[in-house]
Amino acid sequence: MKKLSIVCFSGDFDRAVAAFTMATGAAAVNYEVNLFFTFWGLNIVKKRRGRSFIGKGFLARIFNFLGGGFKNLPLSRLNFLGASPKLMVRMMKKRNVATLNELVQAAIQLNVKLYACEMSMIILGLEKEDFIPEIKEVLGVAKFLEISEGGQTLFI
Amino acid sequence: MTFVKTKLELEKLQDGDILEVLLSPGEPLENVPKSAKEQGYKILEISKIDDNTYKVKIAK
Repeated sequence: MKKLSIVCFSGDFDRAVAAFTMATGAAAVNYEVNLFFTFWGLNIVKKRRGRSFIGKGFLARIFNFLGGGFKNLPLSRLNFLGASPKLMVRMMKKRNVATLNELVQAAIQLNVKLYACEMSMIILGLEKEDFIPEIKEVLGVAKFLEISEGGQTLFI
Repeated sequence: MTFVKTKLELEKLQDGDILEVLLSPGEPLENVPKSAKEQGYKILEISKIDDNTYKVKIAK
């Protein structure tokens, strides 16, 4: 079976759209697809979709609040304090392009496997329970290499 | 993404069921039937509805 593994490092809205577009497109034509969320990318898959003070430790809580969740993902350019992603979603709907939310749901339905990075979770004081239940496992580099071996790997 | 949506609908169907998909010409019209065929689905018919819409019948 063909395989695509993507390291989702960025928590930017537009990059997340790119990662999930590739992931669903590949999964629809029967690729095995693995998404490995690390650092800012973890914001995409937090259970709390808004800003909240989650995590262990004072600084971690501040970081997690400022980073926010699914609803606060910024555009990598022209973010305008978070106004642009909302306008972008409106444009996507109007032009009948799948929104990020739809892409994530499609990925889950197509059995795209979602993983979270152990080390970034330690830094940010987060636990597996802080993420959506579709996060299958918490991994380190060694396990990710094992999972992605023999396929294509992207870093977004 | 068009094929992703098509595939999700196809997965809901039973073997032998037929799915009708409305597609824009260009990339979707080229790729959806091609990908469906590669996945083992049968393309029964492609018909033009108007300049911007084509109807593709796919059998599971």
